[in-house]
Amino acid sequence: MKYVDEFRRGDVARGIAKHIAGLVDPAREYRLMEFCGGHTHAIARYGLTGLLPSNIRLIHGPGCPVCVLPIGRIDSAIELVLQHQVILCTYGDTLRVPASNRMSLYKARAEGGDVRVIYSTSDALRIARENPDRQVVFFGIGFETTTPPTAMALKTAKTEGQKNFSVFCNHVLTPPAMQHLLSAGDAVELDGFIGPSHVSTVIGSDPYQAVAKQYRKPVVIAGFEPLDVLQATAMLVEDINHGRDGVSTQFTRAVTPEGNQKARSVVMETMMLRDTFEWRGLGQVPHSALAIHPDYADFDAEQRFALPYRHVPDHKACECGAILRGQKQPSDCKVFGIVCTPDNPLGSCMVSSEGACAAHYHYGRFVKSPTQTSVEEGA
Amino acid sequence: MKMAYQRKLDLQNGKIDLTHGSGGRAMVQLIHELFADAFGNEWLAQGNDQAILPPTQGRLAIATDSHVISPLFFPGGNIGSLAVHGTVNDLAMGGAIPQYLSVGFILEEGLPLSQLAEIVRSMGEAAKAVGIAIVTGDTKVVEKGKGDGIFISTTGVGYVPDGVNLSGDQAQVGDVILVSGTMGDHGMAIMSQRQNLGFESNICSDSASLHELSAALVKHVPSLRLMRDPTRGGLATTLNEIAHQSAVGMSLSESAIPVNPSVRAACELLGLDPLYMANEGKLIAICSAEDADIALNTLQSHPLGKNAAVIGTVVEDPHQFVRVSTDFGGERLLDWLSGDMLPRIC
Repeated sequence: MKYVDEFRRGDVARGIAKHIAGLVDPAREYRLMEFCGGHTHAIARYGLTGLLPSNIRLIHGPGCPVCVLPIGRIDSAIELVLQHQVILCTYGDTLRVPASNRMSLYKARAEGGDVRVIYSTSDALRIARENPDRQVVFFGIGFETTTPPTAMALKTAKTEGQKNFSVFCNHVLTPPAMQHLLSAGDAVELDGFIGPSHVSTVIGSDPYQAVAKQYRKPVVIAGFEPLDVLQATAMLVEDINHGRDGVSTQFTRAVTPEGNQKARSVVMETMMLRDTFEWRGLGQVPHSALAIHPDYADFDAEQRFALPYRHVPDHKACECGAILRGQKQPSDCKVFGIVCTPDNPLGSCMVSSEGACAAHYHYGRFVKSPTQTSVEEGA
Repeated sequence: MKMAYQRKLDLQNGKIDLTHGSGGRAMVQLIHELFADAFGNEWLAQGNDQAILPPTQGRLAIATDSHVISPLFFPGGNIGSLAVHGTVNDLAMGGAIPQYLSVGFILEEGLPLSQLAEIVRSMGEAAKAVGIAIVTGDTKVVEKGKGDGIFISTTGVGYVPDGVNLSGDQAQVGDVILVSGTMGDHGMAIMSQRQNLGFESNICSDSASLHELSAALVKHVPSLRLMRDPTRGGLATTLNEIAHQSAVGMSLSESAIPVNPSVRAACELLGLDPLYMANEGKLIAICSAEDADIALNTLQSHPLGKNAAVIGTVVEDPHQFVRVSTDFGGERLLDWLSGDMLPRIC
């Protein structure tokens, strides 16, 4: 595949790995957080950890939109489906996220709820046009990457005067989350970040400058192909060795400092910052999410259906919170692979293929991690 | 039995209605003018509630399969030919020679008769190509909204020649694992046709009967341990099943597993893994390492096996893991499929 295979060449990967091994200072540890689940997935899928020197620790971050969605928000989506009888259009991986009372959108569907998996927001609009006598709600979820299509759907719905379409907006923002992670009292010690390139194709690389400078950490915006991740690791090691902070870009093939102005303007027109938003694992994070702009209030499902937000605590045994903050690894969780599996996820990190627990379970549970004493049973 | 009907079935514009499942004259007409015509054989023509068949040789093999698929028609086949191929393959993977098929139709009120006719005709043709007879069947009609156009169940009967003993629990440490061709073609062909996906591709389903391929392996590979067709759950899930049955592990080489470039590209786009996508015309075979070349040559000398490859070996592993060495020299698990395959958000 043109433009894909070039970034998956084993000989080049081994060359970069050798280069990294020559760069690292054996006397120190390099604690790098891959912020985004896409990186976590690539690292596990291609077995990258095994190529890196043992003193480079890759720490999973909170960058999976499904993982950080709090239970209360899934409960609200289920309420829309079962109580308000809407057609809920959603991206696929939200279906299995556990909600309160052992519910999920999958189970809501089994109870008669009309939940439809879609691949783009235009599908949700089409379903609304095809079902004029039904209320259709798009479950908007994701980071800055998936926000512009939601914004375009809002604009289109307004232009068309859609009466039966609205958006349940749960879009969250990465720079405030990074800030929150670093400022927390119990923050894990980090030496640098592998930043998400798909986010930066929209917002650019500049929005990370403030946090990188404030906390004196290097951030390298990296693509999701294995060679991207390895190259970003090499760049971070060099930054750390030389005491450099600030933001640099590995993914130069699509990321600019200022991002995509058109996409940003349509988001700014249709949405606005929330004062605060709950993230699973991180708690309330100020100015970290978007709500629908008052000009588009008619298309805001939270207002149309008067959805109250209720905080629901995570399962006591679940360590998703600590894993999302980088404090623990999936294998540190007592229920990992035993009570909590991809077939029966207890926590959200086990749901999405981009979740740290699911990635570790699917691809690497035969590998002993530094904190493990034995390979997990229960294949 | 010949009956006169006031009017012939309107196979161009007619639609299935509840009378076609009522057991009355309309149903009998449907059977006579469509099913009997397409399947025609001496047992079906007798019009009895059962087919009374001559004694078979060897050991009796039986397999049943239900087919629920959307869309009903896809590049490379339709639900009718698929229903024949699926059950023939289930028999063939046990080393059986498929002989007879029974079929159950559940039709939804409103199904165009033209579609039903095309499906039934392709079933007849698929059965004829294999050399099996569709000897008995059943038809029910459900109200509109209670079906998905048509559901088809098929049960196949065949025999296993003496001396052939294949089973999922017979993989041994040191054996080689082969596949007969590219993985994921059927799953991606179906996915590309779904209305809400809306992307164009030239991917064709691999739907085919594998009885000739399996018979050739049985004939030429003395150490053949087992065969399995990697349908739902794809290669990954099927290999995990075999590893579990045989209490062994497996070690695969990612670069050795054949995948059609178009399927790989489409999977890339959707965030899916072709090794979990369904196949309907491919088989996995396991035999001793000494017979690896014979098995590979046997597969590659048949048109359905021209892209066959040795993809790995059976290893000792108390965890029964299926592992894949990546092109980078790293290693990962190829785990069971969990739930549905769902495209990632971003």
